[in-house]
Amino acid sequence: MIALNDTVLRLLLAAVVVLPLLGAVAALLPAPPGLRGRGPEQAVLRHGVTVTGLVLLAALALTAGFAHDRAGEVQAETDVSWIPALGVRLHLGVDGISLPLVVLTALLTFLCALYSYRNPPKGPAPRAFVALLLVLEAGTLATFTALDLILFFLAFETVLVPMYFLIARWGGAGRTRAAGKFIVYTLLGSVVMLLGLLLLGLRAGTFDMVALAAGQGAGLGRATQITAVLALGVGFAVKTPMWPLHTWLPDAHTAAPTVGSVLLAGVLLKMGTYGLVRIVLPAAPEGARFFAPYLAAFAVVGILYGSLACLFLVRDGTGGDLKRLIAYSSVGHMGFVLLGIATLTRTGVNGALFANVAHGLVTGLLFFLVGAVKERTGSTELDQFARGSGAALYGRAPRLGGLLAFGAVASLGLPGLAGFWGEMLALLGAYHPADGLSRPAYLVFLALGAFGTLLTAAYLLLVVRRVCTGGRETAAAKLPDVRGYEFAAWTPLVVLTVLAGLWPALLLGLTDPAVQHLLPGVSR
Amino acid sequence: MRHPVLAAAGPVQSVDWVAIAPVAVPAVVALGLLVADLFLTERRKPLLGWGAVAGLALALLALLPLTGRERATFCLTTDATACGYTADGFALAIQLLVLGAALLAALLSLTTVADSKLPPGEFWFLLLSSVAGAALLPAARDLATLVIALEVASLPLFALIALRRGDRLASEAALKFFLSSVAATAVTLLGVSFVYAATGSLHLRGVAEGLRDVDPALSALAPAGVVLTLAGFAFKTAAVPYHFWVPETYVGAPVPVAAYLSVVGKTAGFSGLVLVTVYAFPAYAGTWGPVLAVLAALTMTAGNLAALRQRADAAHGAVRLLAWSSVAQAGYLLVPIAAAAYADDPGRAVGATVAYALMYAVVNLGAFAVVLHVGRPGARVADFRGLHAAHPLLALALGFFLLCLAGLPPGVVGLFAKVAVFGAAVDAGLGWLAVVMAVNVAIGLVYYLRWTALLFRAPDAAPARLRRAAPLTAALALAAVAGLVLSGAPQLILRFASGSLL
Repeated sequence: MIALNDTVLRLLLAAVVVLPLLGAVAALLPAPPGLRGRGPEQAVLRHGVTVTGLVLLAALALTAGFAHDRAGEVQAETDVSWIPALGVRLHLGVDGISLPLVVLTALLTFLCALYSYRNPPKGPAPRAFVALLLVLEAGTLATFTALDLILFFLAFETVLVPMYFLIARWGGAGRTRAAGKFIVYTLLGSVVMLLGLLLLGLRAGTFDMVALAAGQGAGLGRATQITAVLALGVGFAVKTPMWPLHTWLPDAHTAAPTVGSVLLAGVLLKMGTYGLVRIVLPAAPEGARFFAPYLAAFAVVGILYGSLACLFLVRDGTGGDLKRLIAYSSVGHMGFVLLGIATLTRTGVNGALFANVAHGLVTGLLFFLVGAVKERTGSTELDQFARGSGAALYGRAPRLGGLLAFGAVASLGLPGLAGFWGEMLALLGAYHPADGLSRPAYLVFLALGAFGTLLTAAYLLLVVRRVCTGGRETAAAKLPDVRGYEFAAWTPLVVLTVLAGLWPALLLGLTDPAVQHLLPGVSR
Repeated sequence: MRHPVLAAAGPVQSVDWVAIAPVAVPAVVALGLLVADLFLTERRKPLLGWGAVAGLALALLALLPLTGRERATFCLTTDATACGYTADGFALAIQLLVLGAALLAALLSLTTVADSKLPPGEFWFLLLSSVAGAALLPAARDLATLVIALEVASLPLFALIALRRGDRLASEAALKFFLSSVAATAVTLLGVSFVYAATGSLHLRGVAEGLRDVDPALSALAPAGVVLTLAGFAFKTAAVPYHFWVPETYVGAPVPVAAYLSVVGKTAGFSGLVLVTVYAFPAYAGTWGPVLAVLAALTMTAGNLAALRQRADAAHGAVRLLAWSSVAQAGYLLVPIAAAAYADDPGRAVGATVAYALMYAVVNLGAFAVVLHVGRPGARVADFRGLHAAHPLLALALGFFLLCLAGLPPGVVGLFAKVAVFGAAVDAGLGWLAVVMAVNVAIGLVYYLRWTALLFRAPDAAPARLRRAAPLTAALALAAVAGLVLSGAPQLILRFASGSLL
């Protein structure tokens, strides 16, 4: 949109990755004179807002300077040798697939920092909190921009430790166990993933993702590709998470602080599906084709399982927790993303990428809202705060109730909102999967997935009924409604949800050329 | 260094004093300190420790002129290619590790020697003798020198462990270590004699050639010799099934000696193992490759499972946990050596071991330094709870070292060292071993992270009193800076893994 010099773009991208790291170090140091604010806590929280704000600005400038007519190509590329002994290069760049995720990450982290500024998480001093948040941001942004397999792995791992501490130190009940489960699952997954990356890189003779994508699996035997995809797939599937490797997610979400949940659902889960699209599809196409039907089957089971779990949790007397429910709904939504990828078609993969971003926006918003509900009612357990006829949020805090209903209908995929297009395209892709994949099988998956959308709609509407509506006597006990800073943190998500729903071409125009680039020779 | 077999070959061999300086300096300083001990008054005895530190620094400097060109000495007068001592890339890298780690351990020992009233003359003599042996080992190129170096490296350790007089734990530890070590040495010597009988040479290169076509009449002798020799070296590396002595010995020994043992003692074993396998027995790669691979898998699993079962409130828990973790890490170190049996370019695989050992030396000594700082004999893991509140820098340092051992960012160097090891395994086609190691890395993470998380909890008791001393702080700072620099530029150690080592 804006013609920016290539060097400027490169610097902007480097800034996006490096700024949060520097900011994390700076957060640990005492504030310099003039930036002390009203006290050390306020100063460090403000520092968090400043740094994430700068990163967001840099990401937006990068988007503005990105040549949208060449979205399929890697732009703003930096390529410096780092560890020649292992062939590791500091290779960064963005294309139409990574750019939306970069912006989403920068935006969500900024909103989290903004939210925490006025509403610091309950727990130890916020200094470490801000530092960890920034390291988390650096890790995710590096994951989405790395173009070297080993650098990608390093970035992928960088996210683990900050998230662990965010859950273990600022979380709610059962946090130690949940944090431990989170890190053991994801680490086990990522070590197996490392084996796949090494196998791929060593056999292909390069760790460069661009070269690997261009090679389309050249020089890799069928057995190597299948082994590599299996190892990579396990790593990414744990992160995504794919049924049956999802069991860490509900616990982690339930225990995590609001900000942790938002980032976990909004950004961290995307790293798994991003890896599948970025690495597995182009670098080992034969292996991907071998595993695609299995992936699709697991994805569909995930969709159904997630929705059924939610349907169970929303019922009265089951002790369901709203955070846990949204976590299970994430398993379902990510199932659509995986189904889209498993079709190996342009339509499906575009749908998957769209659903990825939409899920980040909508689920991020939902976790924010649930955090606000918890803060006001003291609980997220449906049976506690929504006894009897319901919590009557419409009456007690109308704006909060309205937003929650909005989030729920966006999540169930109402046309006109962000949740619709991704799932529709993923199912459309399954209607006509890539050549060589069994069409009848995919038609069954399509039918089951479509049934899943019905179940999704059912439980989300039930959630709205239990949380937003209720008896007159409940409605009388007013709750504080949405506050200014909450509006500030949530409005961008609402606006983008509507925008992406009404104008999907905005996102698809970016992803489609890049997907064509990664899947050459695929016509649909 | 001259043994009868070689001396018989002709006139005196020439000696390249510059090449052997890194070995000779600690040996000479050791003797000097032993003599000086007789003439120093009680008040002046601390000087001995500083003398040892200076000697080690000098030995490190002696490495500088050796870089660049390979030098060999103690060569046969009849055959200039058959040399007993070679200062090549592998030898220099290991010598750097041994001397640097010994320097850190010596800095750590300065306060312990004073605090525990250990006899200084004996202590420093024994420590430096062991260093001389460990430094000689990687440069040794014949089996006799190799065995002698290994014994010089380990015999003083028995005495060092038992030096805390009147301590039942210490004498028990020393005895345990001594008995198992002597048994291993006996086995090695038997193996070496078989190999000598089968090949007629003690030089590693001669052995390698001799083993290619062994006299059919001796065809049973040669593999037996190979296996027995390996079994002896496996002990020094504390590989399964020789790992039981490790925790008792570490707990019984003074903490700096345990630190030394965990790094230098282990490195001695590994360099010996590399020399016999890759240099001397390439013809039997089909035998020792799978054996080492299985040993690696068993060792890391045993070490990690034992470490995982450690309770936070067990007495001596901190050292014991580090002991089991060192067993597990030994398993990782064995992986590339096993891979060298299958690889086209064994130098690359061995380089991965060297790189990993260098990383391990830095961060493990750093972790021991923190344990020593927090002081309190028999420190439990639980004693570290809330360390961050009282001593933030110390807690951050320990957290960093532990994450390096676990191989997670910000311990980038630990991560990449593991990547190099994984790479060696995958490259060699040892997929199953890579998977076993992957599972082990995840198990290891649990206990490293559990400890790290404890540092940042709210303290439940009065903060631990620190043992403050300049040398301790210096050692800790050195390890921390080295770890940080290596995390920024892992190439510094990983270049060994790029293949120019052998």
